[in-house]
Amino acid sequence: MTELSTLAGTDSGALKGYNFAFLDEFTKREIRRKILKAVAIPGYQVPFGSREMPLAKGWGTGGIQITLSIIGRSDVLKVIDQGSDESVNAVNIRNLVSRMTGVETTSDTGSATIIQTRHRIPEEALTEDQIMVFQVPFPEPLRTIEPSEQVTRRMHAEQDYSSMWLHLYEDIVKHGKITIGARYPCLVNGRHLMDPSPIPRWDVPRLHRSPVLHLFCAGREKRIYAVPPHTPVEPLEFEDYKFETEDFSGKVCERCGSSDTFLDEIIDDATGDSRYLCSDTSFCEKRQRGCA
Amino acid sequence: MGYVLVKGGSEAIKNAKALVGSLRSAPHIKVSQIRGRLRLSVDQVMGEGGLYAPELAALAIRQSDGDLVAASFLIRAYRSTLPRIGYSETSDTREMFVLRRISSAFKEIPGGQILGPSIDYTERLLDFGERGAVDDDQESGTEKSDIPKFKKVSDLLRASGLLEDVSADDETSGDARDEPCDITRESIRFPAPRSARLQTLARGETGAMLALAYSSLRGYGSVHPTIAEMRVGYVSLRIKHPYTGNDVSVGDVLVTECEGILSGVGATEITADNRFSLGYGLVFGQNEKKAISMSILDGTMRVSEPKTPAEDQEFVLYHIDGIDAMGFVEHLKLPHYVTFQSSLDRIRAVKSEEVGEVSDD
Repeated sequence: MTELSTLAGTDSGALKGYNFAFLDEFTKREIRRKILKAVAIPGYQVPFGSREMPLAKGWGTGGIQITLSIIGRSDVLKVIDQGSDESVNAVNIRNLVSRMTGVETTSDTGSATIIQTRHRIPEEALTEDQIMVFQVPFPEPLRTIEPSEQVTRRMHAEQDYSSMWLHLYEDIVKHGKITIGARYPCLVNGRHLMDPSPIPRWDVPRLHRSPVLHLFCAGREKRIYAVPPHTPVEPLEFEDYKFETEDFSGKVCERCGSSDTFLDEIIDDATGDSRYLCSDTSFCEKRQRGCA
Repeated sequence: MGYVLVKGGSEAIKNAKALVGSLRSAPHIKVSQIRGRLRLSVDQVMGEGGLYAPELAALAIRQSDGDLVAASFLIRAYRSTLPRIGYSETSDTREMFVLRRISSAFKEIPGGQILGPSIDYTERLLDFGERGAVDDDQESGTEKSDIPKFKKVSDLLRASGLLEDVSADDETSGDARDEPCDITRESIRFPAPRSARLQTLARGETGAMLALAYSSLRGYGSVHPTIAEMRVGYVSLRIKHPYTGNDVSVGDVLVTECEGILSGVGATEITADNRFSLGYGLVFGQNEKKAISMSILDGTMRVSEPKTPAEDQEFVLYHIDGIDAMGFVEHLKLPHYVTFQSSLDRIRAVKSEEVGEVSDD
């Protein structure tokens, strides 16, 4: 029973009355086990008993469960939302983790050990000492073509992705191009079709054989999946209709002058013209200071 | 301020929260007032929050300014911090301390119909008489010396061989487990065992369940149950004592239970062996519309070939959770610049292709 008492014990965290990192230890253990399974089968969606978090569903409850389950006192956390550390939701999540754990937080990509993100991968190159945690609204890449979970699970089991290929083909017939914006379906490790979360297509090639452990979690849909370090991640494409990233040719960030980053388009109040700024605000600042 | 571009998100969050406080214009309400005067709200929040804690539910209602889904959400989030250390023994609702008990299947039932606390039979006239300003008469000292227990109406039907066996019911999932599923500890899988369906329904949002049950009743389905019995009352919860192994009562919970006879037409007609089947509803507190809706949806989801939304397990169970639904619909308020930029890029690419094609011709 020693194990039980340790697990049920309340280690006083940063906030009085709560366990370290909010979740009770039974829950953390369950989530860590599910993460291990996800790592063992890259791209496979592992069902788990997702808990309600003090964040609304759809606001990062999956990501936060992973972060709180893996975080230790020596970790340094960075949270971004659409590339920005200062987005209200990123601030909210960072405050929550900080209150519940007391761990150090940062906006500097290089010094973070865990980076929780909503829909972006930082521009800066990441290392094998870092873990990316993605917030996922729709874990099922086949959901757009098949509403039933029972059916999509069978499709994955049989590696039957023909209807997705057909979907892309019909897209080309109708529009002359593949019109998927974010959430571009990718084949992981040559086996499982995966929804990379709504990261822009710009970020998709950066998952391919990356040295980082990528953990994906959908709280509402109760699924965990992973892209372990150095795993092949290939966006679906045809020989004659290739996967394309967003086109920013001829555009530069107005602040740092970058022409090799994902840009946010800003409509100028006065003129109505489009202006462009880096989506990754921390990277943009570094560039402005000449450090990146 | 733009809510992502400008530095100072933390400050803005603080101010936004303070503004909510500034809109609370009347004097502070006590939690005991909410608990005592808004009891049905408290019951609903306990049910949807999945935690029987009237005091905390009242606190949550106050904190969420009366938004009951938001209050249930506070309760659910709090619930996640509590370790799961055990499960109760099975409670028999025949042992219920009954406050209210009605049957629409029979005019007279053994033990009698007990109307109990209900406004069902009164006219819905807005009362301008400041009724809320004075204390209602408190009936006190009702004799509790002889607490009657009531047999269930369904027992009578079952004794006459008119109801199908409960154990024979779960053919849709092929799941043969002895212990009930716990959807708060494992993600629901389809086809879902009946225990998982019932648990999900018990935590479902009242309005969502009402709408789906109504859809089946009205035309998108064919379940029109007869209420064998609906009862409201206190049920004692017992656990096995870890050392002595004896059953120990850990308290009473107020519940509403509904048993609907699924007779009638279409998909839920009389079973193959010429018996009625029963739809079951059990919810925390007094929440009759939810208990009835639950018994209807329990019935509709047993159809082997679903044709309507209320008959489709995935449709019902994935969409009745208020906390899931509210969160995900409201997440649309979060910035979507990057994803939208990605879509803009595609539509521009398609448009430029169109222009290209025209000039080629």
